Amino acid sequence: MLPRLEARPEPSNAMRYASPLLAVVLTLLGGLVIFAALGKNPIEGFRVFFMNPLKDAYGVAELFLKATPLMLIAVGLAVGFRANVWNIGAEGQYIVGAIAGGGVALYFEGNTSPLLLPLMVVAGAIGGALWASIPALLKTRFNANEILVSLMLVYIAQLGVSWLVHGPWKDPEGFNFPQTKMFHDAALLPILVEGTRLNAAFLVALGFLVAGYVFMHRSFMGFQMQVAGQAEAAARYAGFSAKRTIWTGLLAGGAMAGIAGMGEVSGAMGQLTEHVSNNYGFAAIIVAFVGRLNPVGIFFASLLMALLYLGGEQAQQYLNLPSSISKVFQGMLLFFLLGADVFVNYRLRWPGRKG
Amino acid sequence: MTKSAATAAPAAGRPRLEMRGIRKVYPAVVANDGIDLSVMPGEIHAVLGENGAGKSTLMKIIYGVTRQTDGEMFWEGSAVTPENPAHARTLGIGMVFQHFSLFETLTVVENVSLALPGSLDLDELSRQITSVSERYGLPVDPRRLVHALSVGERQRVEIIRCLLQMPKLLIMDEPTSVLTPQAVRKLFDTLRQLAAEGCSILYISHKLDEIQELCHTATVLRAGKVTGTCIPAQETPKSMARMMIGKDLPVPQHGAPAEGGEVRLRLAGLSHASDDPFGTDLQDIHLEVHSGEIVGIAGVSGNGQQELLYAVSGEEPLAEKFPVQILDAEAGRMRPGRRRRLGMGFVPEERLGRGAVPRMTLAENALLTAHRRGMLKGGLIDFKAMAAFARECIDKYNVKCGGPKAEARSLSGGNLQKYIMGREILQQPKLLVVAQPTWGVDVGAAAFIRQALIDLRTAGTAILVISEELDELFEICDRIAVIANGRLSPAKRTADTNVEEIGVWMSGMWPGASADSEVRHAA
Repeated sequence: MLPRLEARPEPSNAMRYASPLLAVVLTLLGGLVIFAALGKNPIEGFRVFFMNPLKDAYGVAELFLKATPLMLIAVGLAVGFRANVWNIGAEGQYIVGAIAGGGVALYFEGNTSPLLLPLMVVAGAIGGALWASIPALLKTRFNANEILVSLMLVYIAQLGVSWLVHGPWKDPEGFNFPQTKMFHDAALLPILVEGTRLNAAFLVALGFLVAGYVFMHRSFMGFQMQVAGQAEAAARYAGFSAKRTIWTGLLAGGAMAGIAGMGEVSGAMGQLTEHVSNNYGFAAIIVAFVGRLNPVGIFFASLLMALLYLGGEQAQQYLNLPSSISKVFQGMLLFFLLGADVFVNYRLRWPGRKG
Repeated sequence: MTKSAATAAPAAGRPRLEMRGIRKVYPAVVANDGIDLSVMPGEIHAVLGENGAGKSTLMKIIYGVTRQTDGEMFWEGSAVTPENPAHARTLGIGMVFQHFSLFETLTVVENVSLALPGSLDLDELSRQITSVSERYGLPVDPRRLVHALSVGERQRVEIIRCLLQMPKLLIMDEPTSVLTPQAVRKLFDTLRQLAAEGCSILYISHKLDEIQELCHTATVLRAGKVTGTCIPAQETPKSMARMMIGKDLPVPQHGAPAEGGEVRLRLAGLSHASDDPFGTDLQDIHLEVHSGEIVGIAGVSGNGQQELLYAVSGEEPLAEKFPVQILDAEAGRMRPGRRRRLGMGFVPEERLGRGAVPRMTLAENALLTAHRRGMLKGGLIDFKAMAAFARECIDKYNVKCGGPKAEARSLSGGNLQKYIMGREILQQPKLLVVAQPTWGVDVGAAAFIRQALIDLRTAGTAILVISEELDELFEICDRIAVIANGRLSPAKRTADTNVEEIGVWMSGMWPGASADSEVRHAA
């Protein structure tokens, strides 16, 4: 006899936190099955995918490097998601942030002022926020669905960066590759650990995690947004502005994504290319939910997601698996998380037993 | 009104319905705990109890909506378990729910046909509806669209729908909560006629005077158990209340109204078109509420109460400033936050989801409206001040809960209402607007809330109460006005009017009411 899903009298708090862990375990198990199905030794696959990337200090630094944009974007998105503002277009805001930050670097080429990097950060934030303000404006003025608008703007941003690096911003000495000049030293983020690529963007990200925590859990504005997310009528009753919630949610996500994009071109890449985004804007949505929209959770979830990125690269190199393996793991993680989340509100009941 | 119906009790014989030892266990609560109930043919049997006493659960078991955990049901002598409402209907059981299940965009006859098995000739059905409606004094036009009907007419459609199936037992769940006093009278005539023809009626209510007037016998429930059966004609409301709540009903202390207080709320020709196609447009509403008085607004639900509350609270600001004046400020375009800063407090009728956020703690729900009372420091929340306020509110207003960290949804309706009421009162409002202060609240908590309102008014606050419970308004208000079809009657001193007059006004017929207004009344 099959067990039956039964609504819990009230949602389980324990399950709310156990669910991401369960999803991680199931993703690992699913990974073993996939390795086996592809004719690889599952144990070997597990070792290459999850342990190889962390075998030395350089690997760990790479993990933090990859986690940096993810935690930046995810904490920004969490601000909106907690208020039911569904910004799905962080990928596009990330790209526009990279364009804005990179544009400042190119414009001030050769300038060695210590203010250049801060200016690039601000430019990145403004760029991302500007891109996010389009869905915010359309939502508050015409009630246009922010999910669709923000998502469609991703493709416009992608085509926009393509046009720039194929056209006006192309490096004249770049052998016709679609990329800008390499940024000069003053426009590059300082390296934190000698011999690795880990740069100051990581510290910026940690700073924003703390700021995000204070905003979401300690500030009155964060409280208002949470009320708006949980009970719209109560927010209206208390006089909290729904428009301000939408604007704050989208601008926070946009600004953080923009800073992440700027950090990537000014850090690991050192130039703007059309492959500036590694799908970080979409992966960060998963990170935000696996981290339960909580900055502490987001920190760990972004490390996990970064490991999936690195593991995917290793699997390509040593196991001859296609590059899409990373996305398969990302997909499994989200799939299992959504599945496990059912048990926050429901529990299994086997027939024949009274209770 | 004579009590002749109550004396004509049906003869003894085999019960039509008998419930023995009914027990129903939900995951969190035992709703029914060993209930026995017996209904004879032609008997009007009251099931009396407070909110949450288990009345609705018992009716759902009889009507096949849910199934008992334990116990047996006998229908005309043989054991049955209704599988679902359709099965219950084939047995001869009909039920009229408190909340109607009609499609607004369909006509009366179309709605009725949906409930009947097989395909039907609508013309033939219309004739049947007309004949049933004439026979039982339930006038309704089968061709009209439901959304154009008054609440009372909708109830008639529900009753006719049941009667067409020739029920032997009719269950009525709180049928009078939406009716004017005059419509209640007519409903009782219909029910008496049905009983005289042999139909049994289960009448669910918490209104003691109605039960006394109508019912032959009563079964009283408290916390899922039967606490007594009685013949209402031989009891007093007081003695039945004792059975229902386990103690005497407290009577509110009411001092003389203060005269000549300043105007705290003035509605100066408030008109507002509703966004909702089935909503009510407000038309030229004038009202003044002074400090030190309680003004009540009576009316059958759906006559503009919602819209009026939204306009006064600021949840739906107006296009113009002057129609709503709060403490002399023209506040029509202000949002709720600014109106609160002027000194207004507001208790909405929905507690969970509007007056309180269900999944937030009581302390966080204090922050919702009381954040101006020292709970913020430079944009950050002062958690200590917040918890202290919640603690004070819980203590002063006798809220039964697990402390300031209890989630709002874990409280019973009455306790949450006490908390919300306390939260608004502790902010010392100069003007308090309250919708349905005791809706779904048990009798003890209701008395407490009414007393709190009277005390606040005596301390000088101006209070506006919108309620569908006439008894409540007469108990606490200094002046009463009536809203009907989006228009407001003049306010009359409670001492100078009575239930009869207000009942007539609820039909839209007050002196000076414009004759052309089509009224959504239920008479």
